[in-house]
Amino acid sequence: MKPVESKKSHNGIITTAILWCLLIIFIIPFAIMLISAFKTNAEIMGNPLAISKNPTLSNFIDAFTAMNYPVALLNTFIITLISVALIILTSAMVAYYVLRSKSKVGKFIFYLFTSSMMIPFQAIMIPLVTIYGHLGLLSNRMTLIYLYIGFGCSQGMFIFHGFMKSSIPISIEESAKIDGANVKQIFFGIVFPLLKPIIATLAVLDVLWIWNDFMLPSLVLTKPFQLTLPLSNYSFSGQMSVNFGPLIASLVMTIIPVLVLYIFLQKYIIEGITSGAVKS
Amino acid sequence: MGHNKKAQGLKFFIAFAAPTVFIFITVVLIPFVYGVIMTFTDTNGISSSINWIGFKNYIQVIKDKAFWSSLLITIEYVLASVIFTNALSFIIAYLLTLGIKGQSFLRSAFFTPNLLGGIVLGLVWRFIFQKFFVYIGTAFHIPILEVSWLADSHKALIAMIIVSIWKTTGYLMIIYIAGFTSIPKDLLEAADIDGCNKLQKILKIQAPMMASSFVICTFLTITGSFMAYDINVSLTKGDPFGSTTLISLNIFREAFVHNNYGKGQAEAIILFIIIAFIASLQVYLGKKAEVEQ
Repeated sequence: MKPVESKKSHNGIITTAILWCLLIIFIIPFAIMLISAFKTNAEIMGNPLAISKNPTLSNFIDAFTAMNYPVALLNTFIITLISVALIILTSAMVAYYVLRSKSKVGKFIFYLFTSSMMIPFQAIMIPLVTIYGHLGLLSNRMTLIYLYIGFGCSQGMFIFHGFMKSSIPISIEESAKIDGANVKQIFFGIVFPLLKPIIATLAVLDVLWIWNDFMLPSLVLTKPFQLTLPLSNYSFSGQMSVNFGPLIASLVMTIIPVLVLYIFLQKYIIEGITSGAVKS
Repeated sequence: MGHNKKAQGLKFFIAFAAPTVFIFITVVLIPFVYGVIMTFTDTNGISSSINWIGFKNYIQVIKDKAFWSSLLITIEYVLASVIFTNALSFIIAYLLTLGIKGQSFLRSAFFTPNLLGGIVLGLVWRFIFQKFFVYIGTAFHIPILEVSWLADSHKALIAMIIVSIWKTTGYLMIIYIAGFTSIPKDLLEAADIDGCNKLQKILKIQAPMMASSFVICTFLTITGSFMAYDINVSLTKGDPFGSTTLISLNIFREAFVHNNYGKGQAEAIILFIIIAFIASLQVYLGKKAEVEQ
């Protein structure tokens, strides 16, 4: 038995070595950013590999004010939070209607929503800008949240529908009905709390989408005080085409909140991605 | 009694479904239908005189060399991204289900690039391609790195593909890991007893059992890279000489830079038809894979 075991651990070492080498390649971009963010522009141009001899925070200070960091962070945070909360609420409710109403309307909504998931955003953006522009609704963060609900609710409905169908026994609902509870009481009192695991999944998917989204907000938000982090990064990169130091610092500042969150929630995020991908 | 039931059904609809359905109709359905109508007009988004012009926009698109070249570039980008991303993530997922030390840390670490949006990714890699690689190329005399890849019309597309692989691999890895771990252990043990080696086990047992993971991952990457925009606009902006203009960027510019709303929308509808065809194929193959398991 012994030679087999030693061969096995030998293989384990090779596997580990391959994976760590791959990981280093994967991590290099992050490392380069961290190294460069603390260097002066002259140092970056001179030798991008070297670690700065006198690390400086001036890039961060420049970027912080020039990209209006606190405002962009707050915009991104509020837009993401409200949109995701409302997507979860609206799509859970519509999924409950589709599942429990047993009507033709419910079936129709299900097919309408799921078939719309095939439409790429690019096929909607031009008429969207035309219509909402004529109505005077662009340049407005509330409009953006409204649009996110519209674009997010079909996937949400689909995921909630699948979960409710397989994991919410109708018998508890029926016994509550006999006790005199109405539909709203049953949904918010019994069904919604049972959705927690799938709410986490959808929240992960939607937060990653909306936090990082660029195309839709670039069409809707135009004023400097409305910009989200990706928009602010992009417009800042236009001003900093040769001045790499502050640009890199602005990217580091954009990444850090997400990375910190990931370190604490990675278990849920990975689980959420797994079940989300398999379900949709 | 029947009347009462109908009223209850209506109440249920108004309270639970109506608001969401209204938002969906105003955000997705009306713009989509209006978008189809737009392709038969000469609208530019600003002027109020709009004329019916039949299929002229579509004919213009078909005659437009820039459209065909961007479609072709997109297809190249899609094929390369799909093949390399899936191969790499499958291998990493396999190695990360063998039970080595630090497995869960490595899984989380490989996923990290997915936390970043396309804009941040593109800008980071723009810096890497323009400064970092060029420095290494000149310092160590590696000819292939001496000139920025983003300035070369062939290598700029390769640069985009590399970034796309870097971003998506971790995501697919998670799905493939789920596929690997869903395979019953006794099946693999039985294969061990029968004297299968590792490669035989992968090819004869694991890969066929993971058909649905392959379907999900392949189509996720196909549709994702067909619609790629953020990486394109932040990494290359379609340069040099339009050699990296993917279809989304082409549509965006046609509409919002050249103000050809009708023609841009016609291109968008063609993209929709491509995506819808691919998505229907996925649903069909996905059902087939499930049945076969």
